[in-house]
Amino acid sequence: MEKNKKNKPNFSSEFKNFFKFLLSEMKPKGKLLTPFNIIAAFVIALGGVLIFFRFYNGLASVTNLSQEFPWGIWVGFDVITGVAFAGGAYVVTFLVYILRMEKYHAIVRVTVLNGLLAYMFYAGALLLDLGKPWNIINPVIGNSFGMNSVMFLVAWHFLLYMTAEFLEFSPAIAEWLGWKKVRKVLHGMTLATVIVGITLSILHQAGLGGLFLMAKSKIHPLWYSEFIPILFFVSSIFAGLSMVILEGSITHKVFFRKLTPELKRTHHDILLGLSKICGGTMFVYLFLKALTFLHEQHWHYIFSPMGNWFLVEIVFFVVLPMIMFTQAARYRNVKLVKASSILTLLGIALNRLNISIIAFKWDAVERYVPTWMEIEITMAIILVEIVVLGWIINRMPVLGESPMWVKEQEKAAENLAH
Amino acid sequence: MDRRNFMKAVGLMGLATMPGKKTKAGQSVSDKEFNAILIDTTLCEGCEACLDACSESNKLPEAVTDPVAGIENKTSPNQLAVVNMYNVEDLEVTVKKQCMHCNQPACASACLTNAMFKTEEGPVIWRADKCMGCRFCMLSCPYDIPKFEYEKVNPDIKKCNMCYDRIKDGDIPACAEACPAEAIVYGTRKDMLEEARRRIYQNPDDYVHHIFGEDEVGGASVLYLSAVPFEKLGFKTKLGNEAMPKLTTDFLYSVPVIETLLPPFLLAISFAAKKSKEAGEGK
Ligand code: SF4
Ligand code: SF4
Repeated sequence: MEKNKKNKPNFSSEFKNFFKFLLSEMKPKGKLLTPFNIIAAFVIALGGVLIFFRFYNGLASVTNLSQEFPWGIWVGFDVITGVAFAGGAYVVTFLVYILRMEKYHAIVRVTVLNGLLAYMFYAGALLLDLGKPWNIINPVIGNSFGMNSVMFLVAWHFLLYMTAEFLEFSPAIAEWLGWKKVRKVLHGMTLATVIVGITLSILHQAGLGGLFLMAKSKIHPLWYSEFIPILFFVSSIFAGLSMVILEGSITHKVFFRKLTPELKRTHHDILLGLSKICGGTMFVYLFLKALTFLHEQHWHYIFSPMGNWFLVEIVFFVVLPMIMFTQAARYRNVKLVKASSILTLLGIALNRLNISIIAFKWDAVERYVPTWMEIEITMAIILVEIVVLGWIINRMPVLGESPMWVKEQEKAAENLAH
Repeated sequence: MDRRNFMKAVGLMGLATMPGKKTKAGQSVSDKEFNAILIDTTLCEGCEACLDACSESNKLPEAVTDPVAGIENKTSPNQLAVVNMYNVEDLEVTVKKQCMHCNQPACASACLTNAMFKTEEGPVIWRADKCMGCRFCMLSCPYDIPKFEYEKVNPDIKKCNMCYDRIKDGDIPACAEACPAEAIVYGTRKDMLEEARRRIYQNPDDYVHHIFGEDEVGGASVLYLSAVPFEKLGFKTKLGNEAMPKLTTDFLYSVPVIETLLPPFLLAISFAAKKSKEAGEGK
């Protein structure tokens, strides 16, 4: 792939050049008609048609939502699971900018980008689910604040966090556009945005769990606990990191030629390090789970079908991957790291779907099962995200080296500091 | 140090979100001046005159459900109240059901736009111009009352609003006006509670000695009297007396605490880590 950094316009150069540059960057790079692209195009197009139907005919025309089950997979999977998966960004920025673990510096940008896109698309999927999406302006501009609402908290933290993530990523955009001064300013804000971002993340990750606090009588007691917010927060750490591991392994393959030499060298080390952290946080999570279980004395539920289901989630999707992660870190087995990350992600999806759908009104006669259209639209959204991700990685310095002037700028800043 | 620090941070954050303090949020509206509806199931004849009045007053199609023992009718977007029949021992009991108009409603505390709203008069109303249709109210209401128009392009949340407009005009709710058996009466909540107690007191053998709605999930503006235990009439009797919004207050109150304490804490770690790294490099 060509390094088109040559005829980049200066910040001060004319608008016209800038637009020409943007236009040229719009064009796809590489082959268009790959099998992946063809399937993706089909799924996305179909998703677009279905979304049109959803807005033209109402929610009932494409979803199986009902009076008993007001939330389906668009909330339970797209938003609640998706946001947990996107937790990697705040954890990795925490490791790099707060604990100063330089090892992970090389993956900060791609992780933040992944997180930002995940929020834009998965939290954005919420717009499809809203009955009156145009009124979303009400809680935002403040003509109607429901201050006592967990949903209010979550919505605002989403919005602010997306802004913070955008700022965290923005130096890459400035580098791509060749905006030197802008990059300097943006780069200087990194620590502040990271700290704000981590705080916002912890709160909205917990807040997503908080949404279910009032559904006490509707969620099976094995899954309901007043500690849901804490459990959601802790599990978002290893959920997010597992996603970083999985995405990292995939981008490592797909974009291998773009990687910095450093990233090529440290890739395995990074995965093994993350694996250790995953194992550790999963242990904390398990401990908290056990604590609530014992505290609420839930033994008698274990021998019911729901109890067995609960055990499946805990044993196969928490305990097992936890052991796998720690073993993988100990014996430096990268394959095992990847396998455990997949298992963990499945487990998180299972947990979030249990709380929002499966163990929700577990004793109701009528069940909610998503329509193929709900699943189709979800897949379309994921694919659009992947396409946008690829587009950006192919153009901006995300995995690859920043342009030369960035290094000079950073060196100058460092000299100034000493 | 990295790992240990990390864990420490996690632990601290955990502590900070831990529910601990007891708060009294959601009690901003005191229940003294609320109005209420008292439904005496021992008087109800199951004629459904209330449902007809309800449909008419809310400009909805005629009610389609009939009270049949063994069938639990549920409210719907087109029918804001139902009358259900229960066979208990050799009694045939009919009960009108609709929104309870809770004193501290889960639906209103769930609503991020204040579209669901507890009025000073007592009714819990819904406002179309504010609602964004997230259906969080449906998820949160312990009685599963709010209903959503999934079929519509501009869907509304539908539930009984205790004829709020009529009340504002000084009228009484349509159902209370229509009931020929006087099983539905309307007045201040205090008076209604007194009336309910008087009935129990004067005819102790005709009633169970409990007023459903007096304390349930923090009390409600709809009160019920019954001759048989309430759980036999399909009432949710296991919800407890704690108001629903209390379930979220611990979490909500921890938010500003975390927001003020966490950033400086993170900043401190960051600087400490930087220092120790530089010290390490200097060697
Ligand atoms: S019964 Fe449900 S809808 Fe009615 S006020 Fe209470 S919480 Fe709200
Ligand atoms: S659906 Fe409407 S009324 Fe219900 S919580 Fe959401 S915004 Fe509020």
